Amino acid sequence: MSSTVTVRLNVNGVERALDVEPRLLLVHALRDQLGLTGTHVGCDTSNCGACTVHLNGESVKSCTVLAVQADGAEVTTIEGLGTEDNLHPMQEAFWNNHGLQCGFCTPGMIMSAVALLADNPDPTEAEVRQGLEGNLCRCTGYHNIVKSVLDAAGKLGEVAA
Amino acid sequence: MSVTDQAPSGHVGRALRRKEDPPLITGRARYIEDITVPGMLWAAFVRSPEANARIVSIDTSAAAARDGIVAVFTGEDMSDLGGPLPMAWVPPGVEVNNPDHWPLARGAVKHVGDPVAVVIGEDRYAVSDATEDVIVEYESLPVIVDPEAALAGGPYVHEELGTNKVHEWSLAGGDVEAGFAEADVIVERRVINHRIAGAPIECRGVLAEYRAGSLTLWTATQVPHFVRLFMALLLGLGEDRVRVIAPEVGGGFGQKLQVYGEELLACWAARKLDRPVKWIETRSENMSVAHQGRDQISQVRMGAKRDGTLTAFHVKIIADFGAYNMILTPLIPSLGAFVMGGCYKIPNVQTDITGVFTNKCPTDAIRGAGRPEATQMIEVTLDQLAHELGMDPLEIRRKNFIPKEDFPAAVATGVVYDSGDYHKTLDKLLEHVDVAGFRSEQERLRAEGIYRGIGFCTWTEICGLAPSRITGPAGVGVQAGLWESAMIRVHNTGAVTVYTGTSPHGQGLETAMAQIVADKLGVDPAVVEVVHGDTAIGPEGRNTYGSRSLATGGEAVAKATDKIVAKVKAIVAAELEAAPEDIDVIDGQFSVRGSPDKGLGLADVAGIAYIGAVPEGMEPGLEETTFYDPENFVFPFGAHACIVDVDAQTGKVTVERYVAVDDCGRAVNPMLIEGQIHGGVVFGIGQALYERVHYDEEGQLITGTFVDYALPTAAETPSFETDRTETPSPVNSLGAKGVGEAGTIAASAAVTNAVIDALRPLGVDYMNMPLSPMRVWEAISQGQGANPEGGPQS
Repeated sequence: MSSTVTVRLNVNGVERALDVEPRLLLVHALRDQLGLTGTHVGCDTSNCGACTVHLNGESVKSCTVLAVQADGAEVTTIEGLGTEDNLHPMQEAFWNNHGLQCGFCTPGMIMSAVALLADNPDPTEAEVRQGLEGNLCRCTGYHNIVKSVLDAAGKLGEVAA
Repeated sequence: MSVTDQAPSGHVGRALRRKEDPPLITGRARYIEDITVPGMLWAAFVRSPEANARIVSIDTSAAAARDGIVAVFTGEDMSDLGGPLPMAWVPPGVEVNNPDHWPLARGAVKHVGDPVAVVIGEDRYAVSDATEDVIVEYESLPVIVDPEAALAGGPYVHEELGTNKVHEWSLAGGDVEAGFAEADVIVERRVINHRIAGAPIECRGVLAEYRAGSLTLWTATQVPHFVRLFMALLLGLGEDRVRVIAPEVGGGFGQKLQVYGEELLACWAARKLDRPVKWIETRSENMSVAHQGRDQISQVRMGAKRDGTLTAFHVKIIADFGAYNMILTPLIPSLGAFVMGGCYKIPNVQTDITGVFTNKCPTDAIRGAGRPEATQMIEVTLDQLAHELGMDPLEIRRKNFIPKEDFPAAVATGVVYDSGDYHKTLDKLLEHVDVAGFRSEQERLRAEGIYRGIGFCTWTEICGLAPSRITGPAGVGVQAGLWESAMIRVHNTGAVTVYTGTSPHGQGLETAMAQIVADKLGVDPAVVEVVHGDTAIGPEGRNTYGSRSLATGGEAVAKATDKIVAKVKAIVAAELEAAPEDIDVIDGQFSVRGSPDKGLGLADVAGIAYIGAVPEGMEPGLEETTFYDPENFVFPFGAHACIVDVDAQTGKVTVERYVAVDDCGRAVNPMLIEGQIHGGVVFGIGQALYERVHYDEEGQLITGTFVDYALPTAAETPSFETDRTETPSPVNSLGAKGVGEAGTIAASAAVTNAVIDALRPLGVDYMNMPLSPMRVWEAISQGQGANPEGGPQS
């Protein structure tokens, strides 16, 4: 498995060219080749959602995408969403509402939540719960995650209004 | 929600958002998988597909010959270890069978996933590929999976023992037979508390580096100090030569309270190969080899007089430990025994435990560790008894609650409950839950074919582990002191660093400890840095588990800070020509009581301390250390109510409402408490309704991934209503008790009682977990006299 192919993609606004094995998963390209370790791996079976990133604006589980499939795409990871000095409203909402404990599922959860609100800016609690069912959290019992997402929806709604 | 009668004057008691969060929400935190060092190799394990087998041969040559493979090791290569993996419980007067357990199998495998060989090489994908080329020939042996059959006879997991029994352990208070003789009614039930996985979303992982005679191990652990001790002992190194670092840890739930073979192997191989070695567990590995929890079958008897007065409670537990003892495996059911009387005045309580080996993954502490099992036995059986007596389940509870004037309360199991007010938490619960209204609604819904039920759990538990004189070698038999340490360093500039011996991994202790220190020193919590999880800095610690980190670790921090405060006051008193006892801290200034205009801030005092202009006879500097060993455990308690709907056609249970009123003593940060309750309750709901580690009769793991092991998602769980009472613990100056396990300890019994309550009109009077749709449907079918078709029994 030594033959590689070149993949070009835009990650968090920066053009990148990577030589990858055809079987390399996007999550490993992001983590191991680009050092973007905010995207996590929590299972082998695309259940946990810790690896969620945005691919051309849609949320995907990056453990279920080959790096070669992302050729030519725009990828946004948690590192591209906001920084400690300039938090995205969803990050701020997770902080304000204690929407995380160990933090391991959090980047994927936040990326899913941002995509959820892009599709449905004013969701009900039930819609948030349905929308996040592909992201597992073992710490929070989801209560404060749901609260965070609804809070962010309210804040983003105010900005849009 | 709010409970405090008055607003807190300082930072303690406030719902401060967490100091921990900025790196976590921006992807800048560093977990074990994120750490690399130059020259690093990767490891991958060859694991047994057999549940019980003799290893006939292992051929590693093809794997070793592959490009990029540096070494392949088997158990025989590791003959230079100082000993097998540790088991640290030696109960006085009790014999515990403890067969050797090695990082790589030596001649035999005992459960699916047992490691047989390790492949080490330059690339992560390449070592994984190479494991496929390690050829292992097994001679299959008969498998034993059922713990009751395993006790009755062979086949034996460890042939050399001639038995599958691990140990027998009892705790008796009063005389249960005399208690049953006094009883008018006795109920007997078989309570099955099935096996579950800890399932932190981060799997385990290690990175070991041996350089210049010293070992550094980064590991996703809850217990870096215990890991350091055993790495040193088993590798023949001084503890001074071993540094263990717990980086950001992605959840533990007890699973990472362990000294694992993979940790030892990585250290051993790094030294042998003179290259750093990294291993990151896959989820499939985690589900098959990281220790699991619960797995008890209990025969319980509860006796009461006609008026509901409890006279005796006797439980006989068969605890399935799987194939080996891990660090504290056989101790776990005993933790429940100490609170087997729950929050009730029962004069006669006895717990008899029999541990047993089977060809399954080992069990050990998982969130709650023995106490969720005890609570399930007490609270579900109590409901059964109430029904038998025709009493209201809340009435029987109130009748038997230990009254608040009895505290501190010496109970039959030999421990002393520190504080409690059980009526108060139940009263508060009933402010949220209108039971009479619920009953009439339940009646109305039943007429429409909707089966709604309510279940209660009024619980207490034992935590804050500590105190060493009770838990230690001469007491319960843990071969370690369970005190906690803290060191406080006030820097030249007045910035403060706190080194705690605990090792938090998501609980928010950095924030809670900073709140405690900030109030005592008159500074903002933002300038208080809390450091943990690195054995090279700060004093020896005892780490994080057993809901101990605030009640024991936080109190150590408080005591060390008190020492700082005493020194600061002495310095300020000398500067202001006053007596130290007249110095107060107000608004960040240390000044003479009544003269707030003239004072010194912490930075001023630190400056004096480090310049050395201190009073004669006083050491310069501003740094203090404490080792704190409490006098007693702490005993949180609470009252939970769960309301469920059961679809009688499909057996599906939906949690409609969950109300939790908890009392963990004085609150340091109410937001963190609520977060622990939410997560803990879902852990318990998960066990009650969805989760189960399932092995087939051949010892094959059926639930080896998250596809098959049903962790609850946001879509299945409700939002919670939480409230609190605050009954301070007299054990520590904070008045605090633990809360990390509380929700889990309470929830499964509340859910079970709710489902049974819903199903009574359908002829179902009793059920064991997991209350999965199939099992509920079967119970309904049997309750209605039907003969359900097929379906696996479990």
